[in-house]
Amino acid sequence: MKLKPEDLDKIAQKMRSTTNLRDGTARMKITVHMGTCGIASGAREILSAFLSCIEKEETSNILITTSGCAGLCSREPMATVEAKGEPPVKYVDLTKDKVERIFKEHIVGGKIVQEYALAIGSERVL
Amino acid sequence: MKQYRANLMLCAGTGCVSNRSLHIKEILESELKRYNLQDEIQIVLTGCNGFCANGPILVVQPDGIFYQMLKEEDIPHLVEEHLLKGRPVKELMYIPPDKKSPIPKMSDIGFFKKQQLITLSNRGLIDPENIDEYIARGGYKSLAKVLTSMKPEEVIEEIKASGLRGRGGAGFPTGRKWEICRSAKNEEKYVICNADEGDPGAFMDRSIVESDPHSVLEGMIIGAYAIGAHNGFVYIRNEYPLALKRINNAIKQARDYGILGENIFGTDFNFNIMVNRGAGAFVCGEETSLIRSLEGENPEPQTKPPFPAFSGYMGKPTNINNVETWANVPRIIARGSSWFSSIGTEKSKGTKVFSIVGKLKNTGLIEVPMGITIKEIVFDIGGGIVNDKKFKAIQIGGPSGGCIPESLIDLAVDYESLTNAGAIMGSGGMIVMDEDTCMVEVARYFLSFVQDESCGKCPPCREGTRHMLDILTNITLGKGKEEDIGILEKMGKLIKDTAICGLGNTAPNPVLTTIRYFRDEYEAHIKEKRCPARVCKALIRFDILKDKCTGCHLCFKNCPVKAIIGEVKEAHTIIQEKCIKCGMCFDVCRFDAVRYG
Repeated sequence: MKLKPEDLDKIAQKMRSTTNLRDGTARMKITVHMGTCGIASGAREILSAFLSCIEKEETSNILITTSGCAGLCSREPMATVEAKGEPPVKYVDLTKDKVERIFKEHIVGGKIVQEYALAIGSERVL
Repeated sequence: MKQYRANLMLCAGTGCVSNRSLHIKEILESELKRYNLQDEIQIVLTGCNGFCANGPILVVQPDGIFYQMLKEEDIPHLVEEHLLKGRPVKELMYIPPDKKSPIPKMSDIGFFKKQQLITLSNRGLIDPENIDEYIARGGYKSLAKVLTSMKPEEVIEEIKASGLRGRGGAGFPTGRKWEICRSAKNEEKYVICNADEGDPGAFMDRSIVESDPHSVLEGMIIGAYAIGAHNGFVYIRNEYPLALKRINNAIKQARDYGILGENIFGTDFNFNIMVNRGAGAFVCGEETSLIRSLEGENPEPQTKPPFPAFSGYMGKPTNINNVETWANVPRIIARGSSWFSSIGTEKSKGTKVFSIVGKLKNTGLIEVPMGITIKEIVFDIGGGIVNDKKFKAIQIGGPSGGCIPESLIDLAVDYESLTNAGAIMGSGGMIVMDEDTCMVEVARYFLSFVQDESCGKCPPCREGTRHMLDILTNITLGKGKEEDIGILEKMGKLIKDTAICGLGNTAPNPVLTTIRYFRDEYEAHIKEKRCPARVCKALIRFDILKDKCTGCHLCFKNCPVKAIIGEVKEAHTIIQEKCIKCGMCFDVCRFDAVRYG
């Protein structure tokens, strides 16, 4: 394929999800809590569900990452959704269906799914 | 487009590859498979990250967690803890020499903090073998801009206004060089990228080609357009197999995209690049020799004028710049000359890549703004001297450079200040020396390198450096004469003034600067037959102190040449004629009974 100058932006756009990942810049960050408790209660499926949502939607600008136990082991699997410049929202007792709804309403739509959310904000770190 | 949740940026520069980073990649792959993570996490091989002393290096993105000194056996634990369970592994992170707790994030590590990246801005962030990743970070946009909206003269004006100077050594203004070549009247012109990096301990150009080869190509195409050339060469050392592979791969990808070849980006500009492998002669880094080598002739320098800008490759106007200079060009076009000229000092603009090696805690490759002090490089970035010994001098500019002493530690590094101090910017090799380094021996080493590599064309270099080397060798053997220092100074100045090429003109620099700053060491060798750093073997001797020796026999057993005699429980003696001064007896003695000096 021989490129024209305008093709450069198309390639850059296609690669956006990769560059976002490496720059750590994104509109939205999803953290799936994958401590032993999280994994035991099915956090892996939650992670895969988020990943396939992102792939289906073909949205870029969304980072998905993992972290350890969030401290509330009884309510696992948990995920934290954090839009740029807004306080993080913790979702608990997740299932695949809940993930799809959270993705559609909160991550794409920008509206927090109140009934699945545990709390907004996080602990104070001293 | 496949969505990954993490990228493992594994350094595959030459240093890390020799420390088995490619084996680590295989284990990473199999461990990711074990937990079924291969579709979520991507492994990316990057170019040199710069922190070579602590390789192999792995940066996990998007978290920016920095792992170092990885071994194959660390990988299963790392994958399970960090990538499966989301718990970064502290034991594999970097701990600064004077601290106890590790620093998880790359951006917080002192080695990286003081650096400012222009030519290396893609290092560790892209896969150098994938042109799309270069384009994703703005690559080839400068070229598109130049070809569609700028006249060649405007490109030259922009480079002139930026203040960019040649990064290969002499520091000639790049825009001016292009302008001269553009003005030469000839239909056929050439541009050349000099990647024949030959200084001992220098690997700047290699790292740029390895980590971001497309930036070099983009710079060359822009330069060719500005000058009016349609053919170019990359002259690269055959000893750089990885860089060679990546530049060839980059050229192929650029051709496939129509970025090299006929009608670049659909315009009427044509440009092709060929790669020529150099056979490792130091003199080929000198531009006129390099051109002779390209022509298939003996690589001997030519007298200038005529300059290559008027009569270069095959007698045609030719413009040569080194790797780092070319890599600066697309960034200057992208961000503007006033941005570039806002960095650096009055006469030296932008940044410079240095390889910092020697007795430093953090050795590796750095890019810093011009005007940074030697102190910042050695202590803030380099982390200070190994074993907390005393910093003695820094050798800048390779065999053509000079030694700058500790007393000038606050010197701001730019072309003029280094030249005034007797060194040169050169291509950017920095070798740090501690109190255990003998400056006479250092001068002898560099001169022997130059003497070996002298092409032999002009007598000042061929004969002059040989005589200087003989004198220096005699001094280190304890056969120095009072008048030697004066002869060295006189010959050094003569060679500087009369040799044909840059290699000869600068060859005496290491000797002249060590005499200038460390004359007392020369005098100690000559007058007192003493080597203050205790390096010159002929000038030191080992002795066993009879009153301290317990006759434990340990030195006797360890001496590799059986130069120690004595019975168990009796004082031992060293036979000086047999002793090779390896220091083994000193190292093994537990009673401080071995003395040397």
